[in-house]
Amino acid sequence: MSKINLYKFASPATFYGLAGQMIPGFAILSAILFAIGLYISFFVAPTDAQQGEAYRIIFIHVPAAWMSMFIYVVMAVYAGVGLAFNTRLSAMMAQALAPTGALFAFIALFTGSFWGKPMWGTWWVWDARLTSQLILFFLYIGFISLQSAIDDPRRADRAGALIALVGVINVPIIYFSVKWWNTLHQGASISLTKAPSMAHTMLAGMLIMAIACWTYTIAVALSRVRLIILERERHSTWVSELLEDIK
Amino acid sequence: MIMLTWLLRRDLLLAIRRKSDVLTTLFFFVIMVSLFPLGVGPEPQLLKAMGPGVLWVAALLASMLSLGRLFAADYADGTLEQMLLCPESLALIVLAKAAIHWLASELPLVLMAPLLGLQFGLSGDALWVLTLSLLLGTPVLSLVGAIGASLTLGLRGGGVLVSLLVLPLYIPVLIFGAGAVDASTSGLGAGGHLSILGALLVLALLATPKAVAAALRISLE
Repeated sequence: MSKINLYKFASPATFYGLAGQMIPGFAILSAILFAIGLYISFFVAPTDAQQGEAYRIIFIHVPAAWMSMFIYVVMAVYAGVGLAFNTRLSAMMAQALAPTGALFAFIALFTGSFWGKPMWGTWWVWDARLTSQLILFFLYIGFISLQSAIDDPRRADRAGALIALVGVINVPIIYFSVKWWNTLHQGASISLTKAPSMAHTMLAGMLIMAIACWTYTIAVALSRVRLIILERERHSTWVSELLEDIK
Repeated sequence: MIMLTWLLRRDLLLAIRRKSDVLTTLFFFVIMVSLFPLGVGPEPQLLKAMGPGVLWVAALLASMLSLGRLFAADYADGTLEQMLLCPESLALIVLAKAAIHWLASELPLVLMAPLLGLQFGLSGDALWVLTLSLLLGTPVLSLVGAIGASLTLGLRGGGVLVSLLVLPLYIPVLIFGAGAVDASTSGLGAGGHLSILGALLVLALLATPKAVAAALRISLE
């Protein structure tokens, strides 16, 4: 039975409606979670003994970094499914996720440098994590610019899928080479990995923020995919009927 | 097999006939490397430290510039479509084309690199390691670059797009290529770096022709 449902919702026309019903729920959930998470991170979580108040930036920094990596993998999975089974909706989902992933990669870099200034005394160090996050951001930009350079949506989907898959194979290679490069060059003397063990409230705040980012991503990706569906299917009857209804 | 030898001979002949293509890439490389001392100043110590990195980055950019020629001419006159239709495995055809591209566009850079390295004051050993690392690394650049070139066939602004797609993927080669020279000058020995470059080359030889073949099918659909 579940199989039939999956096939049913793989059709852009039915998924358009389903996405429309899901968006408000995720959006409201995300707003509530952001409110709770930000309250915990600013008012409940204790001041860090070593880092003072400036550490509070990790409540947005760490979830953003997690999301940027995770979204790339999810995007590559959607792209692979689209390439293998020729499902249009998967390619549209990949396309809808990419800008949010790039945004989170940028937020992670941006907040990271704000954290680095008071902690390390510099906006930027060529630390392995920072560098690979920067490269991940470049990979997102490559994916987005390739897709937007191709006018034919079918070719854009498939070309984007291929570059996403090549990227996801390359990510570990890039990560380890950057890591090794960094240890050889002896860049930053402070490492992120030996962070002191965290208080429970800090961890809770960070996890709530991470879930908030998750629900935000789902809501945004779904509303973006709705627009992509409308744009691609604008010549079909169900879209013109929909537009009639709105009138 | 006949098809492949024909293709190799044809591409080689084309490369020999169009000498200016080879020479422009080579001179881009030479000019680019010569600009760095003018930009950062002529202190021998600084240049010696920067030399390997500068040569490698210049090789990366030169190889990227020549990528446009890999499939563009065959795409424009329809030969590429015939290649897709022929019974020979497309991955092998891609491999043959990449091999000739490397021979015509990258091998001259590899041979020129020691001379430019001398200008940066690199020692004899370092020059050997540099040449060896380029010899192992540049075929990877051709193969990985072929993915970008095949995906952007016939697109507006293809050249700039290729750089966005391909340069991030070149990073491991750059790190281990320039790292090999650094390691040998600092007395660590370049063996480890060169082995990893060799491993990357094997991986690229195995994996990229299939990916390029898929990309060509997408682009020519």
